Amino acid sequence: MAKIVIMGGGVSGHTAASFLNKWLGKKHEVIVITPNSQWNWIPSNIWVGVGEMTKEEVVFPLAPVYKKVGIDYRQAKAISIHPEGKEGDDTPYVTIEYTSKDKSGQQDEIAYDYLINATGPKLNFDATEGLGNGQGQMGEHTVSVCTADHAIHANHELEKCIDKMKAGERQKFLIGTGHGMCTCQGAAFEYIFNIEHKLKEKGVRDMAEITYISNESFLGDFGMGGIHFNMGGYATSSKVFAESLYAERDLEWIIGAHVNKVEAKKVKYELLDGTIHEKEFDFAMLIPPFSGVGLKVYAKDGTDITDTVMAPNGFMKVDANYNAGDYENWKASDWPKTLQNPTYKNMFAIGIAFAPPHTISKPMKSANGTPINPTPPRTGMPSAMMGKAVAQSITDMIKGAKEPTHTASMSEMGAACVASAGKGLFTGTAAAMTVYPIVPDFEKYPGVGRDMNGTTGELGLAAHWVKHILHHLFLWKAKLRPGWTLIPE
Amino acid sequence: MATEHIKHIKPYSPQFGTMIPLGTQKFLRTCVIYQFFRFIAINIRMTILILKSHH
Repeated sequence: MAKIVIMGGGVSGHTAASFLNKWLGKKHEVIVITPNSQWNWIPSNIWVGVGEMTKEEVVFPLAPVYKKVGIDYRQAKAISIHPEGKEGDDTPYVTIEYTSKDKSGQQDEIAYDYLINATGPKLNFDATEGLGNGQGQMGEHTVSVCTADHAIHANHELEKCIDKMKAGERQKFLIGTGHGMCTCQGAAFEYIFNIEHKLKEKGVRDMAEITYISNESFLGDFGMGGIHFNMGGYATSSKVFAESLYAERDLEWIIGAHVNKVEAKKVKYELLDGTIHEKEFDFAMLIPPFSGVGLKVYAKDGTDITDTVMAPNGFMKVDANYNAGDYENWKASDWPKTLQNPTYKNMFAIGIAFAPPHTISKPMKSANGTPINPTPPRTGMPSAMMGKAVAQSITDMIKGAKEPTHTASMSEMGAACVASAGKGLFTGTAAAMTVYPIVPDFEKYPGVGRDMNGTTGELGLAAHWVKHILHHLFLWKAKLRPGWTLIPE
Repeated sequence: MATEHIKHIKPYSPQFGTMIPLGTQKFLRTCVIYQFFRFIAINIRMTILILKSHH
């Protein structure tokens, strides 16, 4: 009987666990370790953040779902990985610390035959002075939509601002990235447009100044180096698409910015030209930078080998080319395919947890040497596809395959993204994008890096319907309800 | 053609150098009949992408 341990129960880990359980049945053991008691459909958090959805509409408890299908669920955070076992016992294991009420703080060791690291990001608020509270959590000056609870708080603060505007007091909104190395610009894009849409609905739009601040060197970079869409017979840069929408909706933008300090009602930031600026706000949502969750790795004799297994950013090394050199030498083939750790072949990392070989966007530094460029996004579709591919590989390896049998390279897969620009059955809009491949391949698709037959974008009500339907579909799928496998990743 | 909806754009501002939708384009964004057909088109495109991406 094989034991497969999945650390993390988000989109990627939950997908891997669900498929492993389905394909391996009761002969083998699937264990999910996650500190959260609930699963969160993160793409809909922005709607919670503007009061268009409740928390209950975007989360559900994991325990009953896992119990239904026979997955061993441990509400705990993973602390360390011991891929060589310990003295006297070669069995690899992880150490965990329970976060559930009944076992809070208790530690345990969980042995494994295969390990999937799907731990996702640490929301590194403290990377920017004043963005965090100094203890790893969000500070008091800004809001966030990264979790459902953060989004509820964000909506409460938004409502206070709306009340002030109704009373005649102008308000300044600042939405974007809270550090020069952030990813997730798409979430900031969605939130700023949903706020603008909400303010229009409430009749206070003319009382608001709304500004986007981002580490992207141009609007529409999205951490993907921008995208060229096939629109009206032209290969149109996402820069044009994005600037058009920002200009139409009267949103100002500050780009190439590294926010280096957040104070009450004010941020300080550095631009790529090296100049330092300040921007005042009444309401600010700034995405924090991501890092790995801080897993340590130990050899059999207790030696700390974290540097062997993890990249400096805390994400796990996989079969990527980490020696690709300068931007001009980057290739699509730098990106990992099997997501297998090169040192310990029974270990995989998926979703945000794997260490990318480099960014997708061109690395940039300010005139002062400060790195200011987006880091690569790992959105829902590729994250889920990685989870499924690794589940397929592990299933085949348990049945005798010597090597992973399935691949999920971001340079060989596409992504369907739907970015909301405001919710409403007949008034909402969203940008529906298909991007192929996610990581541009300038050798295969010269000049634009992407397949113009498969890379499209459009804005409208239909895309909003798609996003809302996907919300329901993916929650149905995640709850492992009848027919869940028919819903593609 | 009315451009009242973009009166906030100032010449030579960053917003000045991009493309802005005008009447028909804006209408089509939320025209239910037109968007019904766009809904079908978006789903077809996404299905093709999904099929192309699974290995």
